[in-house]
Amino acid sequence: MPELKRRSIEVYNWFEQRLGLGGPVIEMAEHEVPSNTASWWYVFGSAATVILVLQVMTGILLALVYAPTAGHAWNSLEFLDHNVKLGWFLRAMHGWGSDFMVAIVLIHMAQVFLFGAYKFPRELTWIIGVFLLLLTLGMAFTGQVLRFDQDAYWGLGIGASIVSRIPWIGGPLVNLMLGGPIIAGPTLSRFFTLHVFVIPGILLAMVGLHIWMVLRLGINDWPMPGRLVNKKTYVREYHQLTEKSGIPFVPDAAWKDSLFAAAIMLAVMACALWFGPFGPTGQPDPTIIQTAPKPDFAFLWIYAVLAYLPPSLETPVLFIAPVLGIGAMLLLPLVSAEGEKHWSRRPVAVLMVAVIAVILGAFTRLGMYTPWSPVMNAWTSDPVPTAYLKDRTPLEREGALVLQNKQCRNCHSIGGAGGMRGPALDSVASHMTEDQIIRQVLQGGGNMPAYGNALSPSETTALVRFLTTLRGNDLAPAVDASQRLTSSSEPPAAPAKGH
Amino acid sequence: MTPNEQTPNDQVTTTESATTPASAPDKSAGHSRRVFLFKLSLLVNGAVGAVLAVPILGYLLGPALKKSSSDNSWINLGPLNDFPEGETRLVNFRNPVTTSWDGQTGDIPCWVRRVSGNTFQVFAINCAHLGCPVRWFAQSKLFMCPCHGGAYYEDGSRASGPPERGLFEYEYKIVSGSLVISAGKMPTLANQAKSESPLIQLEGTSAATETLPKPRCSSCQS
Ligand code: FES
Repeated sequence: MPELKRRSIEVYNWFEQRLGLGGPVIEMAEHEVPSNTASWWYVFGSAATVILVLQVMTGILLALVYAPTAGHAWNSLEFLDHNVKLGWFLRAMHGWGSDFMVAIVLIHMAQVFLFGAYKFPRELTWIIGVFLLLLTLGMAFTGQVLRFDQDAYWGLGIGASIVSRIPWIGGPLVNLMLGGPIIAGPTLSRFFTLHVFVIPGILLAMVGLHIWMVLRLGINDWPMPGRLVNKKTYVREYHQLTEKSGIPFVPDAAWKDSLFAAAIMLAVMACALWFGPFGPTGQPDPTIIQTAPKPDFAFLWIYAVLAYLPPSLETPVLFIAPVLGIGAMLLLPLVSAEGEKHWSRRPVAVLMVAVIAVILGAFTRLGMYTPWSPVMNAWTSDPVPTAYLKDRTPLEREGALVLQNKQCRNCHSIGGAGGMRGPALDSVASHMTEDQIIRQVLQGGGNMPAYGNALSPSETTALVRFLTTLRGNDLAPAVDASQRLTSSSEPPAAPAKGH
Repeated sequence: MTPNEQTPNDQVTTTESATTPASAPDKSAGHSRRVFLFKLSLLVNGAVGAVLAVPILGYLLGPALKKSSSDNSWINLGPLNDFPEGETRLVNFRNPVTTSWDGQTGDIPCWVRRVSGNTFQVFAINCAHLGCPVRWFAQSKLFMCPCHGGAYYEDGSRASGPPERGLFEYEYKIVSGSLVISAGKMPTLANQAKSESPLIQLEGTSAATETLPKPRCSSCQS
């Protein structure tokens, strides 16, 4: 045993004499950090790095089988899922790894922001971090394209349509993005290049810089309320703190990073095992139009925002908002490089994080169930509940048929089934009079198309008769207020007939 | 980190001591010449780089600089009898510009509406909002978009939702009893008019109400 130990030390020394890396690396690992930085709050950056390594490794493994051509990519994914041993698991790890990566990068960013770590002298670390966030999102988007299925195809269409709205250079940019006149082979090759060579190259280089600066400038000391950052004194104070309370980063602080990284890896593996890989959904065949394209999790909120923006605001918001948002993030450390770090003394910062988180969460939630999208098959798959047909006249029942046949259900729900684009119709007659319903149906308005051309007079009559019977359970029918004034002596005409 | 900075220094000193310079004055005399030569070499490299940039940029920007009109050509969609009057049908065609590795992505669908006789409307499949595939519903005479709920009337004009204009239309002509369209490029707002004057507006849906921001929640109604 001692012989073996001696031999291995000899081998190490042989390499160390030539490489000279061991000493500096050990020195770097053991460098002293203020003991208050050994916190469970400071583990997200290293976790993101570990997931990045996971993504690189699983990515390389997937590239062994994946065929990056528009004609074969989808088949090669199916092949990976079903014919390659554990291919599905690697796809699942890569996919879930990507979601975790985006999430952890965002958490890391919020933590750094709330702890004031972007202030002097770490401004550039933050700025590079902003680029790392954008590159991570770029990886997520291009990765979704490489999963070349229906969602990817139409996702590219959405991307190209957004790019096409850029004033003046939109057209050439679309060509540049697609690599040709349509979404096809050259498009996928481009995104493959971006996802596999260009973005990872930049990403790894920037991660290197990011970590180098953390080592060079030291980990942000735990903020204390009232301890202000001053450019003149900060570095000296930080060194004093390190001297006073310094502990070696490895192992005294790093054990938390490494435990958390293991936990995250386990979580990714668990998700991969439990939920499996993402897609691929249908084949990337544009002639199959029975599809409701949806982006991946990280972009659902954008998808939702695009549905809610009024047409006139859309193009300006699409291009001005990102410039403002990214610009603000980049400028943040430059305009507030000094001052208070502690969150309890920065209410605006805390409020901003909370508001942004709520907004992102709410839009993501909306993006998950897309209430603005018509349910394309509701008219054939969701029958009118029988309770709504009880005690109705033949004409009213005919109206229920019209409601069904004219695809009203695609946007309006009845009995909880159907689209959510328009309001539910269960109690429509309790807040709209017959005249109002007729007008709404024939002329549209609000967000509803006019159906004047799609309905014959008899169909309209039947439909409106049926709709006037929908009043919820015990609600009174809506009455024209002016009518009541002129003929207050007469009782409302409609018979009481709830459901 | 400090050791990192020291290591190269160590090496420099060792190499310097190994190759002892012949004499000090020679070294400084040659210095300015060598600085000049180095600057010259940078210049030469800059020039080489500039020359090399031409083909690289040309290659990279090739697709962007291409004239978009060159992508379109006339495509036969089939004999007129395939399209009954008053009906709107989905027709697929192979894009005129494809590569052999495009697979199914080279097949493009479009909606053909035969208004009457030789009057047609050929709509792109791509929603004028953000390009999702619109679907025709003959009963309600509407095109509906699955993405953000855009809707269009049978003549392609905007009915509701986020699109700011009607459906994109392909140019068509009738050649010896067949319907022929000019296609080849994915229609987007960059190569099509941004907004169209609405064709027929029913009373009550005036342009003024169209442009007002509308309530979009599922439960509210103006
Ligand atoms: S793409 Fe059709 S509504 Fe957005």
